[in-house]
Amino acid sequence: MKHSSATDKSSVASAGVRTASIKTSAVLGALARVLALATVAVVLLVVLLTVTGQRTGDALAALVNGAIGSWYAITSATLVRAVPLALAGLAVSLAFRAGILNIGAEGQLLAGAAAATFATLAAPQLGVFVIPLLLIAGCLAGAVWAGIAAFLRQKLGVLEVISTIMLNYVALHTVGYLVRGPLQEPRHVFPQSFNIDPRAQLPVIIPGTRLHLGFALAVVIGVALWWWLRDRAGGFRLRAVGTNARAAASAGRIDVARTTTVAFLASGAIAGLAGATQLSGVTYALYETISPGYGYTAIAVALLARLNPLGVLVAAVMFGALEAGANAMQRDAGVPEVLVSVVEALLILLVLAADRWRTRPERKSTTEVGA
Amino acid sequence: MIDAFLEATIRWATPFALAALGECVSERAGVINIGLEGSIIAGALGATVAAGVFGPTVGFAAGALSGLMIAAFFGLFTVALRADQIITGTAITMFSLGLTGTLYRLIYGAAGVSLSTPTTGAWPIPVLSSIPVVGPALFDQPPITYGLYAAIVCIAWWMSRTQAGLALRAVGERPDAAAAAGVNVRRVQFGAVLFAGAMAGLAGATLVLAQAGTFVENMSAGRGFIAIAIVVLGRWRPLGVAAASLLFGAAYTLQNLFQSLGFSNVPYNLFLAAPYVLTLVVLALSRSGTSSPAALGQREIVARQDLQ
Repeated sequence: MKHSSATDKSSVASAGVRTASIKTSAVLGALARVLALATVAVVLLVVLLTVTGQRTGDALAALVNGAIGSWYAITSATLVRAVPLALAGLAVSLAFRAGILNIGAEGQLLAGAAAATFATLAAPQLGVFVIPLLLIAGCLAGAVWAGIAAFLRQKLGVLEVISTIMLNYVALHTVGYLVRGPLQEPRHVFPQSFNIDPRAQLPVIIPGTRLHLGFALAVVIGVALWWWLRDRAGGFRLRAVGTNARAAASAGRIDVARTTTVAFLASGAIAGLAGATQLSGVTYALYETISPGYGYTAIAVALLARLNPLGVLVAAVMFGALEAGANAMQRDAGVPEVLVSVVEALLILLVLAADRWRTRPERKSTTEVGA
Repeated sequence: MIDAFLEATIRWATPFALAALGECVSERAGVINIGLEGSIIAGALGATVAAGVFGPTVGFAAGALSGLMIAAFFGLFTVALRADQIITGTAITMFSLGLTGTLYRLIYGAAGVSLSTPTTGAWPIPVLSSIPVVGPALFDQPPITYGLYAAIVCIAWWMSRTQAGLALRAVGERPDAAAAAGVNVRRVQFGAVLFAGAMAGLAGATLVLAQAGTFVENMSAGRGFIAIAIVVLGRWRPLGVAAASLLFGAAYTLQNLFQSLGFSNVPYNLFLAAPYVLTLVVLALSRSGTSSPAALGQREIVARQDLQ
């Protein structure tokens, strides 16, 4: 246990902890913050494009067009991509709020997508009722996948950062096996699953677009989580444990182990739901590449939103736009799409630096001693 | 058969041992560098580019330098700004994987042409390599492996027998006490982080120049994270870390062996997952106990009351 407790959990979410009391004005704050960060992201992108010798103008035009250039781009590219980012981002922020460093949203998402694929096989018997079944299956699989890391942390003191990353690789290779084995498409040629039954596809919520029910689910869960963290005793306990587990146990008589485990499982369930909605709302078949790193981008989403669930929804749309734009940039201007992960990483680092800068005076006495 | 197995085990263990030794030094100074993965992939690309022009020796140097530069970026945030080590490391890994992917495509074309770089073959050491069984395993290896042997001995000696090594361990256990004793905590930590980055860069260079002979995006494939687990298994001691690396070298050897034997009823994806499952099992079985540096991951140099 010592190893994991030695890592300064209380400071993980220094961003989120300080905004522990969420006010409604925080929504506007989050919006302003995300806009500021979007500006920074574009500036970073321009710098990177220029440095790497791209045709910056063409690339930016492609980016803007692909992200917000038309009604179709907004609804069917940006918002569709925002759904897995929002759900996985909510999963990450919930875990980080509880002081759990769940880097495993990617693996939990894959587990959810795989389980949902199995669940679609019940479509002939259940008709449209297969949709709730596959969503629940996704949640359960995500929770089980997170549960492995939760068990290792709670019972054996294994640092969850490492275990969740390892589980991401295990999930990726397991999906790789499934799409070449038990779930492979009928002709056994391509590494992908069969196409799911049309009755198992999530309904589109805006006619004429690709925006599916998963978007509504993400918004509902985001708002519910925000309210629960702010107003409910359970939410308070979770925040207390994340801020200072020892104080929560001694002063608040909070069952730290139970709170942590439940938060870890819930985080996994939401990430698993992201996988299930991606499968039944977007891809309609299981692929190894069903997630181009949504679980990792979700960490950036959660941190930039200062772990505030409403902020996560806004940040997810921003990142959805960024990724949709990057996709168009690769297609139309030949700029490697992975460049966006450089921008995302730099945004995380900027937020960390800005955060440290803001807290500098009050901590000066403790941090400057060794200098 | 057995000597071929041992030879392959040490060959596969080399990049793990290089990266894990660096991380061991960094963690003994209290800094857990999750960005190790980023240094490895940067080292791999740096080595590929440099070796293509100047040959493998310069390739290794460029790999170490690339890994070091990524680690300097990490150190800027964690040691200088004292931002959270885990989050910074995760971001650094994302940054490096994205940057190497972008640069690789820009340098070698969007299709990622099948490029091959010069590799350093095995350099058998006369006499020693003809010892039965262990001779070929230990002394018929690429030169970087001999460098690794030297590094293991030097680091083990340096850490336990020198004043600077003592200062490093003090910083990882009680940074406030070390600072009071006149040790420059930040300088020691930054140095350790840079060293770990250079070693991880060498590990990346090894993947390209002594193993694959080519660069592939994301070719580090989680080795940086596995190296962190190796440090736990090796109980934060250089010799223990070196021994723990052998376990993963053996796992990769068996994985390749089973794949090449081609059990048609066992899909190869399950073999690919094996090293990660092994890491989980190893972490579950090795209680870190009191061997973990007391101030590992701690942000403030002066310990806060609630952490004591």
